[in-house]
Amino acid sequence: MSSDMLPLLLKALGETVYMVAVSMVIATLLGIPLGVLLHITSKGQILESLSLNRVIGAIVNAIRSIPFIILMVAIIPFTRLLVGTSIGTTAAMVPLVIASIPFIGRQVETSLKEVPYGVVEAALSMGATPMQIIWRVLLPEAMPSITAQLTTVIIALVGESAMAGAIGGGGLGDLAIRYGYQRFRLDVMIATVVILIVLIQLVQFAGNTLARHLNKR
Amino acid sequence: MIKLSNIEKTYDSPSGPVKALKRISLEIKRGEIYGIIGLSGAGKSTLIRCINMLERPTSGQVIVDSKDLTAMSEKELRTARKNIGMIFQHFNLLSSATVYDNIAFPLRLSGTGEEEIRKKVEPLLRLVGLSDKKDQYPAQLSGGQKQRVGIARALASDPKILLCDEATSALDPQTTKSILELIQDINRKLSLTVVVITHEMQVIKDICDKVAVIENGVIAEQGTVIEVFTNPQAAITKEFISVLLSNELPTAFQGSTISQEPVPGSYLLLRLVFLGESADNPVIAGMIRSCKIECTILFGNLDRISSTPFGRIIIGITGENAEIEKALEYLKNNDLKMEVIGYVKRHAAPLA
Ligand SMILES: Nc1ncnc2c1ncn2[C@@H]1O[C@H](COP(=O)(O)OP(=O)(O)OP(=O)(O)O)[C@@H](O)[C@H]1O
Ligand SMILES: [Mg+2]
Repeated sequence: MSSDMLPLLLKALGETVYMVAVSMVIATLLGIPLGVLLHITSKGQILESLSLNRVIGAIVNAIRSIPFIILMVAIIPFTRLLVGTSIGTTAAMVPLVIASIPFIGRQVETSLKEVPYGVVEAALSMGATPMQIIWRVLLPEAMPSITAQLTTVIIALVGESAMAGAIGGGGLGDLAIRYGYQRFRLDVMIATVVILIVLIQLVQFAGNTLARHLNKR
Repeated sequence: MIKLSNIEKTYDSPSGPVKALKRISLEIKRGEIYGIIGLSGAGKSTLIRCINMLERPTSGQVIVDSKDLTAMSEKELRTARKNIGMIFQHFNLLSSATVYDNIAFPLRLSGTGEEEIRKKVEPLLRLVGLSDKKDQYPAQLSGGQKQRVGIARALASDPKILLCDEATSALDPQTTKSILELIQDINRKLSLTVVVITHEMQVIKDICDKVAVIENGVIAEQGTVIEVFTNPQAAITKEFISVLLSNELPTAFQGSTISQEPVPGSYLLLRLVFLGESADNPVIAGMIRSCKIECTILFGNLDRISSTPFGRIIIGITGENAEIEKALEYLKNNDLKMEVIGYVKRHAAPLA
């Protein structure tokens, strides 16, 4: 292991964390409403609208069925339009966000489906509006499960961010390919893998702890 | 207080339309505890959910507190619903909220201030006997305690009506009793109109003033509980009542063979039901005096249905066949209901 490695690793780790964190925040802000919409428009729910549900569901499925590496390349024109460039850490976040929104949407939908309808019905019987049911019943009741699901999304994002790194996005994946693979630096390769493992363990641990703390069942 | 006229409810299902309610009409007066009893699938839940319009009837009118709910917009309905509390078989509490926050929930929905909420919730906690549990989560409570939270929550917005959909069906008999007592207590203290849905005649007998028996979406029979108990018309009503009574067969007899023919060394078991005035008559003494039989009282119970005395006993008689016939004749001529259960071997019935 040589002395040039540490700053490289730290910089790459910083980039990965930055990419994942910012993408995650944006994708969550958009993905949770999407999940709520998917849930409440489905059959027997408070704002049932099967046609709307089918349209949104089809779009979500379409995006989710595109492998990330292809999505990343396919949306390069859009990325350029949005952030002015298609390389660099910021540009890498565009496909990360786009891939994560439908993923989070489905995960949140699954969590919301676990909330027993009886609780919603009780709120309806007290004269709750649909908005009150979303904010005061569905989201709080599903929060432990949503937290666990979002943990999975963060872990997927770490993996995808490594792929994004391969097309000039920076981060640990970029480092591993440029140094570990192209320059035969086995030590760099091993170090990035170890860092990724530790990072994912930490995320999982934090997610589990938070979900357990929130769960009052 | 509540008037349903010609309620129909048809569900569309993959296997064609299901008529859950057919031309249901009934009237519930202010301050009454009104029971609705029926077998599973009879349409009880559909009916009670029509009262607060959780389920919109396909046709017919729902008048609550002289307002027609069927003519209201969603927004008007939400306001009207605050006047109608509801409790559920599976409690339907928020698992992520404490007991206090669950009870405060309807008040928060209406934007009530925290100070006012506290003034409202604390007495309710005392009313249902859960003051010491206010910071616990529903998962830490027993079924009976959860239902108490459900009741307190339903009362928080000062409703005039309380709807109970199988509120005690998930509870053991002891807890059921205490919850029913609480409901009755609230009915009296707050002069609340209560609608109780159940499949157990016991619940009707214990707290209701009036009852409607519902079968396949139709009201088979309705009236005061005492009328329906003493003079049931529909077959389904008779069945509900007999289920209630046969539950009282002493445990020693449950499972032993009952034959309709005399067997050597056996009792003839009779169930006698006394109502009102007849509960005072010395019928058994009279029977023993006029017939040469021996009589053992195996089970006895005297309670009240809406303050009318209601006595039930099971006796075993032995003697010559002719004398037994005479005793049966004697009982028939008295003001009571008699049912011959059958002959049971004496040793099969150790006197407990
Ligand atoms: N949402 C629905 N869609 C289709 N059919 C329904 C629906 N809800 C109820 N039904 C049907 O309506 C009938 C009455 O149902 P309901 O739930 O009112 O019965 P219930 O008397 O409450 O029974 P239980 O004692 O089992 O709760 C049943 O045949 C049921 O299958
Ligand atoms: Mg039901």
